[in-house]
Formats: sequence, structure tokens, C-alpha cells
Amino acid sequence: MAKITFIQHNGTEIDANGIAGMTVMETAVKNQVPGIDADCGGACACATCHVYVEPEWAGKLGPRNPMEEDMLDFAFDVRDSSRLSCQIKVSDAIDGLRVRVPEKQF
Amino acid sequence: MSEFFETDAVIIGAGPCGLFTIFELGLLDIKCHVIDILDRAGGQCAELYPEKPIYDIPALPLVTGADLTSRLLEQAKPFNATFHYNQMVTELRKIDDGRFELKTDGEITFLCKVVVIAAGGGSFQPKKPPIPGIDAYENTSVFYSVKKMEAFRGKDVLIVGGGDSALDWTNNLQPIVKSMTLLHRRDDFRAAPDSVNKMRELVEAGKMQLKIGQVTGLKGGNGILSAATVKVADGSVEDVACNTMLPFFGLTMKLGPVANWGLNLHENLIKVDTEKFETSEPGIFAVGDINWYPGKLKLILSGFHEAALMAQQAFRLINPGERLLFQYTTSSTSLQKKLGVN
Repeated sequence: MAKITFIQHNGTEIDANGIAGMTVMETAVKNQVPGIDADCGGACACATCHVYVEPEWAGKLGPRNPMEEDMLDFAFDVRDSSRLSCQIKVSDAIDGLRVRVPEKQF
Repeated sequence: MSEFFETDAVIIGAGPCGLFTIFELGLLDIKCHVIDILDRAGGQCAELYPEKPIYDIPALPLVTGADLTSRLLEQAKPFNATFHYNQMVTELRKIDDGRFELKTDGEITFLCKVVVIAAGGGSFQPKKPPIPGIDAYENTSVFYSVKKMEAFRGKDVLIVGGGDSALDWTNNLQPIVKSMTLLHRRDDFRAAPDSVNKMRELVEAGKMQLKIGQVTGLKGGNGILSAATVKVADGSVEDVACNTMLPFFGLTMKLGPVANWGLNLHENLIKVDTEKFETSEPGIFAVGDINWYPGKLKLILSGFHEAALMAQQAFRLINPGERLLFQYTTSSTSLQKKLGVN
């Protein structure tokens, strides 16, 4: 079990319990976090689960994979902290993760 | 150029469920026309995940979206459905004789006895980047697709994106525009290597510009763009002069015109019964991801089941009073004849 906090564009925080092996996107959808659309259902094919990883977690999640890098071309306002949440696996190592949800996924 | 077709059934959507609907209707001698907004069959399987493996199709432990599509096309082949691609159904209404009239944005009109909506997540439409104020420039300075190349002759064009659409249009429009700039967030492109090389040659030859960065704002007035504000890789901000912008950020699914057809909806999905998968309008059916009923699961296999049951009611509507004999493809001579195997 890992606690993941989704920070909405307006500052509201939603805490969710991530189960090891699931993805951060699945955790968001399961907890009805607004702003994580996940149109493609986690196939890394739509870039609608874009999140910004908070600074204190920078560098702790490992690099983006090449497919994710390609898909991020379809996201808007991509930053160094951008990730597709369907490509982040939940594990004890990410307990306490904080990510920011963009205002719009498109 | 307007066209007109009269047929038994029109299927809206050529994704897996639409394709299997051709098969199920075909077994009951119902002729179909199929309409899709994409330029090919497959729906999400073609557009979103052609190469991703699917593991939950019965009897196919692993199949890709592209492979599933080609297998379904092959299975439906004996029934000679007519496909109409690059068409969005904009209107659907019942006419006085009880049939349905459909119109597409490409000016095709259909008259048919039953309609099957197999539109999945709705229609694929270009993603609109949420740049503040972009709405004011849409269709005057900002375009999400190229319908006629001539419209861009002599323009100062900014193309945004790094995929095939962005690169293809950069290369194709470059000879006729006044100036061409391609903007992408990184100096690495998903597009076919050939088109990337061609673009780089044009840059080398001084015929166009390549910029690495992202659009953050737009400048102009009265719907006419004068520049796009761009945040470049080093974090600095600059204006790129342009009077036309073409953003290519891929496609997204929108319910689209389906919402305007007067059908009962449940949270943007079409309500159907679970016996005939008929909507609130008799003669209009909905199968696959676009429909909703208690217990609905958005699985391709559910859509296949729905298509089989829906076809029974379609037969009754098209052939009133005729007895429908339930038959198996394994043993029925008549079904095997239709399939061309006997």
C-alpha cells in the first residue's frame, strides 16, 4: 500500500491508497480523481493521464520510457516534471508520492 | 459532390463491434453500409492501440488491435458491406415512411430501415490545445486539419507537433506557403524517418524554420493571428510571427453529434435494453462501448454478444411477419452458402 496525493489545479488534494502492481493512473481512476481522463485505458496511447511530479519527488521515479516520451508529444504544457501516470507503477518505494493534475488534459 | 444510398442497415462506426455487426446482420441477409470518421477500419484498435496486445478476446490468447481488425474484416468479407471512411454522421432522423435518414459531413445521404450505432467512445476529433484565447482564431487562423491545401497558399504558417500529420503537412505545404515554421517540444520526432529527413533538408536549405519549444499564448486581433508566443527549450520566451497555425496533437474521442439525435442517454452513453440492444427509438440500436445498460462492461466481447442479439430484432423489423429460424454456422447449409464455404 502506498499513499498517493493528487493535487488538483485549484489546489484541492485527494489522497488515494495505491496498491502495489497497479499504476498511478489506475489508482486515480479508482478513486475518481478529476482530470485523469485515461481515454485509452492505460495502453500508453493517448496522453490523457498526464501529471506533474512534485519537486520533492523529482528524479525518484526513474526516467520516462521511450514510448511515454513519444506519447507526451500529445500532451499540452509538457515540463521536466511531466509523466504519464499510466507508466508509473505503484510500489512501497513511491509511498507518499505527490503529483499535480493539469487544468486540462485536452 | 453529394451521394445517396438506400440500404437495409447503416452501421455507424467501423471498430470491432461495427465490423462484427456486419457479420451478424449478414447471416440474416441484411445488407449494410458502414460509416466511420477515420480513414480506415478498426476504431480505437486502429487509432489508439494498433500494436498493443489484447488478451481478452475469446479463443485469441493474444491479438493486436491491427490484427483483430483485419481478422474481423476478413470474417465480414462475404457480406460485401460498403464502407464510407472520413465521414462523420451529423444528422439522424426518422422520416414519414418509418425509415431513417442519415447525413454525413461529406454530403452523403442514406435511407435505411435500421441504424446500428457502434460508435465506441464517440467520434475521433483533433485535440485542441488549451491555449488561452485559441477559440477566437479557430477556422480563421487556427486549423486542426488541412481540407484544401490551396487555402494555405501565401500564408505564414506555424505547424505544431512531431507526428506524421505535423511532418507531412510541413513538407507538403512548404512549397506553397510564404513562410513555414515547425514547432515541436523536442528535437526528436515520432513521424516516419523519411519525412523527418525531408523536413531537415528543407531547414538546411533555408526554406523553413524548425523551433524547439511549446506555444503558451497567441497574439492577434479580429480572429487573425499575428504571432504565437513560444517558450523555447532554454526557458526563454519569444514570439513566432505567423498568420496561420496548424496544431497536430493527435485525436481524442468526443460523443459528438450522437448527443443531438434525441436518444435517451445515461452519462453520455446510449441507453439500450438487454434483449434487443435497441435505443429509446425503435429501429435504432447501439452496441459496444457507446451503449449502457445495468451491468454493462466495456469489453469488445460484450459488443460481439450485443451485435448477435441486436441482429435478431433488426431482422424482425426489416422482414415483418417472417419467421426467423435460429441456425448454427457449423450445420446450416444456408448459412454456409452465405459464407461462401458450401
